[in-house]
Amino acid sequence: MSIPHGLLALLDEGPRYGYQLRSDFELRTGGTWPLNVGQVYTTLGRLERDGLVEAAGEDDEGRAVYRITAAGSRQVRDWFTSPVSPDGRPRDELAIKLAMAVTVPGVDVATVVQAQRTATLRQLQELQRSKARSDPDDLARLLVLESQVFKTEAEARWLDHCEHALSTARTRSRPSAGTVGTVLEEKA
Amino acid sequence: MNPVLSMRGVSRVHGSGTVAVRALDDVSLDVGPGELVAVMGPSGSGKSTLLGLAGGLDAPTTGAVSVEGTDLASLSPAALAALRRRSVGYVFQDFNLVPALTAAENVSLPLELDGVKPRAARTAAAAALELVGVPELADRFPDDLSGGQQQRVAIARGLVGERRLLLADEPTGALDTVSGEAVLRLLRRRCDDDGVAVVLVTHEPRYAGYADRVVFLRDGRVVDSTGASPAPLADVTR
Repeated sequence: MSIPHGLLALLDEGPRYGYQLRSDFELRTGGTWPLNVGQVYTTLGRLERDGLVEAAGEDDEGRAVYRITAAGSRQVRDWFTSPVSPDGRPRDELAIKLAMAVTVPGVDVATVVQAQRTATLRQLQELQRSKARSDPDDLARLLVLESQVFKTEAEARWLDHCEHALSTARTRSRPSAGTVGTVLEEKA
Repeated sequence: MNPVLSMRGVSRVHGSGTVAVRALDDVSLDVGPGELVAVMGPSGSGKSTLLGLAGGLDAPTTGAVSVEGTDLASLSPAALAALRRRSVGYVFQDFNLVPALTAAENVSLPLELDGVKPRAARTAAAAALELVGVPELADRFPDDLSGGQQQRVAIARGLVGERRLLLADEPTGALDTVSGEAVLRLLRRRCDDDGVAVVLVTHEPRYAGYADRVVFLRDGRVVDSTGASPAPLADVTR
């Protein structure tokens, strides 16, 4: 679900047309998640059907512009404040969420990071309990659980890194209006 | 059951006026018998201050700290020192074993300093080493032990004399993953089997995963917690 949410987050800043959404999305996620414009329009169609975006006429050059609805805005807030579920999530959703949270004004990134960290630690608690319940001679099962411990641990460390990088950026930036710096300043 | 450690609205301010530094800010934390609570946070978030206050090594500026029902502020310096020796155990990253003493002597040292007769102290030390699974190391010197073995001896020293509150400051810091996991399994077992209460300060998420509850500190405040564990033993205390 990260592409629809990513597009909604962009529309929450203001109306855009399809190509603009594509290029902004790629820019914000550092080009790690290339989109084709067909995907963008398919997604917009679904979002419109669900009442999360609406058509806002055409711009000067005749391109269809979309804007977010109140329900769409609510969904963006919910997305940012709820941790990514561990089950079958697309591998980069968390990274995309953080990239968006850092650049979209008015999102408390520290809260986004902490909500995810708490969820990640709960996962580690569950994994350590599973290990404790396992037969100590069942090495295969223990090693599989251990691989999940290492992955989950890596995610927690990455979150620590994000937090550290954010606080460093915060102390560095003395921003003018409308920049990323403003977002970070609001967290201070 | 009453909590073994209870911190109520605890703040610790260093200095005053414009240079005042709030190392801990209105923190409340209960740790019940058999409960393992992990404290995580970036450096400077107040983790070590919290441990120092919990063990009576430092006094809060405001708020109250109780160990086994005794308000530490109500104690004379001598009584506080006695409570620290008898009720609270400490485990550190660098083990802090005395190199000239054997493992058994290191473990019995806090009891002997407290006036326990040598024979009784030796018996208690042997029991504590048994409890942490290394009775065979009793006569070895710290330099002859691996890091993991030294930390087991240090934990035995922290628990000797049936102390019920163990404060552990990065106890796995110098250990590889296998030895670190063994230390956490040991702490976990002492909680589950003997009702020891453990406060574990760690920056390692995998070890915090052994806790019933993980508390997150930032800038001296508790910003979040994983909440109560589903384990019944930890739950009934709150």
